[in-house]
Amino acid sequence: MAGTATNTAEHQDDHVPSFFVRWFFSTNHKDIGTLYLVFAILAGVIGGAMSGLIRMELMDPGVTFLTSFTDQNLPEAAQLDAAKNFYNVLITYHGLIMIFFMVMPALIGGFGNWFVPLMIGAPDMAFPRMNNISFWLYGASALLLTLSYFAPGYGEQLGFGGGWVLYPPLSTENITGPSMDLLILSLHLAGASSILGAINFITTIFNMRAPGMTLHKMPLFAWSILITAFLLVLSLPVLAGGITMLLTDRMFNTAFFDWTAGGDPILFQHLFWFFGHPEVYILILPGFGIISHIVSTFSKKPIFGYLGMAYAMVAIGFVGFIVWAHHMYTVGMSVNMKAYFTAATLVIAVPTGIKVFSWIATMWGGSVEFKIPMLWAIGFIFLFTIGGVTGVVLANAGIDHALHDTYYVVAHFHYVLSLGAVFAIFAAWYYWFEKMFGIKYNVFFAGAHFWLMFIGVNIIFMPQHFLGLQGMPRRYVDFPEAFALWNHVSTWGYLITVIGVLAFFVGIVASVLQRRKGVANPWGEGATTLEWTLPSPPPFHSFNELPKIK
Amino acid sequence: MAGAVQHDYHLVNPSPWPFIGSIGAAMTAIGAVAWNHSGDGGLFGISGPWLFLTGFAVLLITMAGWWRDVIRESLKGENTAPVVRIGLRYGMILFIASEVMFFAAWFWAFFGAALFPGAGDPVILTDGTQMLNADGLPAYLMNDSRQHVTGGMWPPAGVEVLDPWHLPLINTLILLLSGTTITWSHYALTKNDQKGFIAGLVLTIILGIFFTFLQYVEYNEVLLYGFGDNVERMFTYKASLYGGSFFMATGFHGVHVIIGTIFLIVCLFRGLAGHFTPERHFGFEAAAWYWHFVDVVWLFLFASIYVAGNEGLLG
Repeated sequence: MAGTATNTAEHQDDHVPSFFVRWFFSTNHKDIGTLYLVFAILAGVIGGAMSGLIRMELMDPGVTFLTSFTDQNLPEAAQLDAAKNFYNVLITYHGLIMIFFMVMPALIGGFGNWFVPLMIGAPDMAFPRMNNISFWLYGASALLLTLSYFAPGYGEQLGFGGGWVLYPPLSTENITGPSMDLLILSLHLAGASSILGAINFITTIFNMRAPGMTLHKMPLFAWSILITAFLLVLSLPVLAGGITMLLTDRMFNTAFFDWTAGGDPILFQHLFWFFGHPEVYILILPGFGIISHIVSTFSKKPIFGYLGMAYAMVAIGFVGFIVWAHHMYTVGMSVNMKAYFTAATLVIAVPTGIKVFSWIATMWGGSVEFKIPMLWAIGFIFLFTIGGVTGVVLANAGIDHALHDTYYVVAHFHYVLSLGAVFAIFAAWYYWFEKMFGIKYNVFFAGAHFWLMFIGVNIIFMPQHFLGLQGMPRRYVDFPEAFALWNHVSTWGYLITVIGVLAFFVGIVASVLQRRKGVANPWGEGATTLEWTLPSPPPFHSFNELPKIK
Repeated sequence: MAGAVQHDYHLVNPSPWPFIGSIGAAMTAIGAVAWNHSGDGGLFGISGPWLFLTGFAVLLITMAGWWRDVIRESLKGENTAPVVRIGLRYGMILFIASEVMFFAAWFWAFFGAALFPGAGDPVILTDGTQMLNADGLPAYLMNDSRQHVTGGMWPPAGVEVLDPWHLPLINTLILLLSGTTITWSHYALTKNDQKGFIAGLVLTIILGIFFTFLQYVEYNEVLLYGFGDNVERMFTYKASLYGGSFFMATGFHGVHVIIGTIFLIVCLFRGLAGHFTPERHFGFEAAAWYWHFVDVVWLFLFASIYVAGNEGLLG
């Protein structure tokens, strides 16, 4: 075959390139996956620290905490203004960092890169070089985001504080400084990176499955990444168009969103949420795949209703494209539109319900082992279900008129993201830790990490439902005395969560110090996917001889 | 597992281009912002176009170097196994799909304005009179200011638009013709008729350049008119609902035509160097696919912006 000509010296064995070439010029899916995970951890620390500043400010009524970060030589009123701007900037960058620079790189870039080729029995991704530019464009994007944080935005104040959704006119007329321009181009780069990555995943999954592995035999994590990749390819370019219009409105004085010239700010919301709603499934679908594997492994049963699970994700992905305006119920849309978007949104509860019940049915009658990854997985199912149920509440346009932009919404999307997607990330981290790094994780700190975080995040976000139902709006630096109690409780929850995250890092150090050698399959008979047939860590190019699937 | 490789996939050696290209992308983006803000102090002390241009040069070098590597690998037979060629096809199709969705955003903006140029119903107060806005003009339910800008019609009142049956129609015919010449070229190649292949390709490139030239002529006319007589500057991109959507949509299409033409020119040089055989010519095929994509986008632009929009069929 012509292809055997590729076997140059570098490919013959597990030859690993020198340090710089290996980590900067990489064409290896596992190394690039590791880079993504390191990137996501760094971003998570920064984004998490920002949420800490937010919660400390919101611990008690009055703007008291963030003023200590401002120039103390300024008059008091100017200090207060600077603190308010700082708060707005913090919530904006917290959202952007956690979504684009933490969850997406961890789940898709990190675990997707590491385990999709392993699970489908491929030696690498379809386009290894393009895989690397996906990663480094993320680096360029992060650089622009950082510069944007330190560049003038609103007047002399630094950074853009209009919220991660970038709505005009907050992002056009009000922010004259270069901060917003840098932010837009940062998202362009992140988008290009994700589109290239998604093309790579789709091609890999369609074209490089091991002989005999039909789509209907493919592991659910590969299914979830496949669907996620389709959502990325089809939705991100629309965002790119929308933010390009923002950019030309700002730089070249076009009038797409300038209502004084007949433009339409609502157009941006449509373009943004046409991307933004598929984006929330982009964030959670890989988690669905991971949880399916973990639940099946530790129940020692095949996943219940495998095909139903796969096509439920397809259905979620499809319906996810036609529900976007439920983020915009209060813009003044007609009742007919509200009725449609309410109905369409409620439909999503059906495939999501299929998933939750199938996970439970998988555990039912199984020989369940409560190892650390399983704890995270069960935590995920419980908390994601709560977030899903509040989502059904918010899907109703009538109720949403009352709850729109309140802390109820904040609680809802943190239950599905910081308690859903993030729990899936940590579940995957402990599930595959031994496989990726060749050593066992420290069980004590892993357990402490789970329990502290489980308790902590619930104390943060459960009270925010109450605040939202009481009518506390989101994105405000201050609040009246009536909301004091639950805000105080919420901040204590944050402090508990921080200790949990510390346990995560101490656990990594302890695992490295202990160096307990990993085995190929630590989980036993329940772990049936291909990555467990390889040594831990797997060889540089995994499969030189493709596995045959019966 | 260190045994001999027993599969046909293309395992690529480490490459500097992704890293260098990302540095170029960051420089280009930061440089663009610095250049744009040159008038109000620049960005972190940087102003003027130098960073943008340097970054763009790095990007061009990256593209040239990266594709040079791909072509070399193809000539060495490293990426030519059937399974790898199928993978490349998937990649190109998906890239074009993402491009289609990019244009969806611009069509969305256009139709959002052209189909709803007015503000719907005026606001009627409970006493039966019409509500007035702050300027004393009738207030409308949805988009009050758009009603006053467009006069509730599309093309907006006072905008002198291009005649679709003039240059736009000629351009449509040029692009359709170029679609046939590229198909001729492809067909000749599959029959190993190298002469016909080159002839068809050269004709396609000439037609592509001619299209771009006519767009330039059209833009020139419009911009001169826009800046000259019409004080409202309704047909410039500046602060104009019509001009913004027209220039951005057709402009992005124009950029894609130029990219597609460059792609075809590269294929011409490769064809002259004998890189393409009847069995193996994916580089050319990808260029042809891209060219058809550009063609189809134009047909939609022509049908919606020039014909339906300018003839007043939409709103």
